[in-house]
Amino acid sequence: MEPPDRYRDLVDDFGAFRAACERPLPSVVRVNTIKTTVERAREALADEGTDVEPTWHDHLFALPEDQPGSNWPYVHGWLHGQEAVSAVPAEVLAPEPGERVWDACAAPGSKTTQLGALMDDRGTLVATDTNLGRLSALRSNAERLGVTNVAVTHEDARNHSLKPFDGEPYDRALVDAPCSCEGTIRKNPDAFDDWTLEHVEGVAGVGKGVLRRAVQATRPGGTVVYSTCTFAPEENEAVLDYVLGAEPCETVAFDLPLEHVPGVTEWRDETYDRSVRRAKRIYPHHNDTGGFFCAKLRVTDE
Amino acid sequence: MTDDQLENRSDRFDRLPATAEQRRVPERATRADVLAWWDERFGVDPATFEGYTFWERGAGKVWAFAGEADSPVAIEGLGMVFLRTRREHWKPTLEAVQRFGGRASRNVVELSRPEAATFLAGEDQTLDWDGDWGYLVVTHELAGESEPLGVALYVHGELRSQVPKGRRRDLR
Repeated sequence: MEPPDRYRDLVDDFGAFRAACERPLPSVVRVNTIKTTVERAREALADEGTDVEPTWHDHLFALPEDQPGSNWPYVHGWLHGQEAVSAVPAEVLAPEPGERVWDACAAPGSKTTQLGALMDDRGTLVATDTNLGRLSALRSNAERLGVTNVAVTHEDARNHSLKPFDGEPYDRALVDAPCSCEGTIRKNPDAFDDWTLEHVEGVAGVGKGVLRRAVQATRPGGTVVYSTCTFAPEENEAVLDYVLGAEPCETVAFDLPLEHVPGVTEWRDETYDRSVRRAKRIYPHHNDTGGFFCAKLRVTDE
Repeated sequence: MTDDQLENRSDRFDRLPATAEQRRVPERATRADVLAWWDERFGVDPATFEGYTFWERGAGKVWAFAGEADSPVAIEGLGMVFLRTRREHWKPTLEAVQRFGGRASRNVVELSRPEAATFLAGEDQTLDWDGDWGYLVVTHELAGESEPLGVALYVHGELRSQVPKGRRRDLR
């Protein structure tokens, strides 16, 4: 069975879920606090006749029109078009200025630049991706937004090398894993069309490898966040379940001011570690956003 | 020091030497040169860049990085492209001017909104300017304050937009 019907038994209100998947997404921008303040960004948009609506986070504005790139504050790198749920994982990772942070699947850089802003552009932010074309988009976004603490590496995150960076482990790492992108159905109406179970299982395998490497590359006591924009438990809870068994780490509870439901512990014939319930599933009908999955892990000593 | 550290290479970043005495690669700018240039050309206080290291990848292309990395380092990006050196007139990037140009106190030209829109579209315009010729920081008012927008070349009574193609917009 394929999405969305595949998730009929998983989702509380399947009718609302399916209806939300068919609506277009509101246009949302993130204020880039490296270059301006929330107040000045709002004022600059108001001066152009654009009144913004609040969202779940005060750095995110919903716009009445779908043209986030055609205005003066955008040109100055004050704004970045970013879907409301896409801003979740960087907030959950919550890096501090001066820390060492790794963004393992970074391109095209929405979350990387958000991490840079949360770090106040201080410390070392390593951004890795396998795709050179998308890395070029990442560099362009980082430069437009004025991020200067980012080092960009082209490699398979599963084999990420700490060598260029003193060999020291990270304080925090973000794995926003490649996924089947079911949750982007409102932005990409054909997201379900090319769906195959083989693809889901393939990208889930990559997610496992990248998350393992992220736990290995982060110091004990450090934080790793795992996220996807998909609903498939194979790519979400199953990946956590595997890495919880393979690497020294544990899930951590966290607050999120968005409606959500806990991670699932049973799917088809599989059962997962009880602690994956600390992860959060966000469905499109919950907050009128895309779909998302986010888990927070702490790296332990052994 | 190995032989390959004696030349500039386009596949890796080499940290700029602090001073001319420590320079090994001919014509490579030094950190002292870069600080002096921003100070002399635009009045940007060298203290602005205390937390930054400067790197060269590609002849003359200087990057500013706020984090930590070992030199040399063969990766895809290190902070932002910041300054074009190894030519008679050094040229800052639009991104560097937007990030640091707010601290400039000379060779800054403030444009009206229509003039700024012409500049952003990549077009040249005649302009009365009795300051220096050469590269200028272009500012205009946004949300009640003067904000750096980009780099122009002023020659022969003309303000020539240096906005790179990918950053141009027509907001007129």
